[in-house]
Amino acid sequence: MKVLVPVKRVVDYNVKVRVKADGSGVDTANVKMSMNPFDEIAVEEAVRLKEAGVATEVIAVSVGVVNCQETLRTAMALGADRAILIQTDAELQPLAVAKLLKAICQKEQPQIVLCGKQAIDDDANQTGQMLAALMGWAQAAFASKVAVAGNKATVTREIDGGTETVEIALPAVVTADLRLNEPRYATLPNIMKAKKKSLDVVTPEALGVDITPRLRTLKVAEPPKRAAGIKVSSAAELVEKLKNEARVI
Amino acid sequence: MSILVIAEHDNAALKSATLNAVTAAAQIGGDIHLLVAGAGCGAVAETAATIDGVAKVLLVDAPHYGNHLPENLAVLVAARAQGFTHILSAATTAGKNLMPRVAALLDVAQISEIVGVKTPDTFDRFTYAGNVLTTVQSADPVKVLTIRTTAFPAAGEGGHALVETLEPAADVGVSRLIGRELTSSSRPELATAKVVVCGGRGLGSGENYHALLEPLADKLGAALGASRAAVDSGFAPNDYQVGQTGKVVAPELYIAVGISGAIQHVAGMQDSRVIVAINKDPEAPIFQIADYGLVGDLFDVVPALTAAL
Repeated sequence: MKVLVPVKRVVDYNVKVRVKADGSGVDTANVKMSMNPFDEIAVEEAVRLKEAGVATEVIAVSVGVVNCQETLRTAMALGADRAILIQTDAELQPLAVAKLLKAICQKEQPQIVLCGKQAIDDDANQTGQMLAALMGWAQAAFASKVAVAGNKATVTREIDGGTETVEIALPAVVTADLRLNEPRYATLPNIMKAKKKSLDVVTPEALGVDITPRLRTLKVAEPPKRAAGIKVSSAAELVEKLKNEARVI
Repeated sequence: MSILVIAEHDNAALKSATLNAVTAAAQIGGDIHLLVAGAGCGAVAETAATIDGVAKVLLVDAPHYGNHLPENLAVLVAARAQGFTHILSAATTAGKNLMPRVAALLDVAQISEIVGVKTPDTFDRFTYAGNVLTTVQSADPVKVLTIRTTAFPAAGEGGHALVETLEPAADVGVSRLIGRELTSSSRPELATAKVVVCGGRGLGSGENYHALLEPLADKLGAALGASRAAVDSGFAPNDYQVGQTGKVVAPELYIAVGISGAIQHVAGMQDSRVIVAINKDPEAPIFQIADYGLVGDLFDVVPALTAAL
């Protein structure tokens, strides 16, 4: 069975982002870009499903500018078999991305779509759930364990206060939480091999999908910064301050 | 305007996050209807009817809503969406699981974890791990929102809403719950606790985490939390994680022990009223946002603090 893994190119998690002076967005010029960390976990899980003989093919998909090809090459270096880039310079929002992925799902007929639970740039946490809804499929968001048997998957999900385990009919969408696995590093031979793997490029227009944004960003700003307070020299002084100055205990 | 708030509950009791969502709905303004969908959840609907500001409680009681799985709930909410200008839930794991699915069925955008209501169609939310505050305006006929509970106070009691029973939608039947494993604890819930004691990598081991932080938390009646590094190292369970991808907390008092203060962690606690940081590294970034910093060896400081309380 095929596993589809959507991957997003985002500002690297180590970069301290800066808001543009005119408040129109975040400065991404000359900033290090990487694969969204949750998507890396999703790629790893898909590759493990293939290594376990459950999946037959792992297809990585990305949506965005031409440079997303680098992200797809990374996915292939980690073990994805081939890649598809839906190339556009337009602003993308989760609903539009879910619709584009739906078009790819209809063409490729994967049994599982494995994606990251959220992207660390817009922190939306929506695309996987939206794709599942558009396909009429089951979903298992925030997965910490995935087992596939026949036409069903058993997924342990992280929820407030603990975990829950659900059984979902395939095809389905699974979104990866932080501790689903620890992604491997791409080795040099695999990075070289990834350069020869197939990478198809399509456009939203060719897929017949309207990607017009539904939300307008009016303003982007740096939130008010919290000022540093004072240093205390002992536990006793701390307790005194918390009691008499801050009055929180 | 008419606003539908999705109540979160376990068929026996209403989750307090619902009260924060009702306050966000009141700030938007309009008739507030509360949907209580579950199995054998009549008592929850009765409680919900007493929330201040709720005009009507919509009760849907059917076996296939008993475990609150998103496939069935989303179909129900989408079928009942007509006439509402806004559909809200708290940005809990349940709300985050459900609401994008509802929005996609309605072919509208979803706006995640709003922290402010500017106008009925314009909202504030954080992006980039809390480093960027974004104001977005929706052009959709229905606004589907999740709300960050720490940004809106809980609604009070005093309402006398009507409870109306609605017919369930058909069972979609693509998923089923096998079981839940909830961490049982006598401590307050992390997301709503007044005091949070949070431990990081500096504690060195799970044994130290428990031995040092539990007595302190007991003295303060505090919930326990952990940084990503501490959870990754197995000091504490996954659902203790505070930060961008874990829980967002805003207690009266937040005590960070052995936490350096990575931006991803700060994103989850920077709205706390008073922040205390205990760390042996005077250059740790956590001190830049702490109201009270104590530079020292946590193995000496924490027991001394516990004893002094």
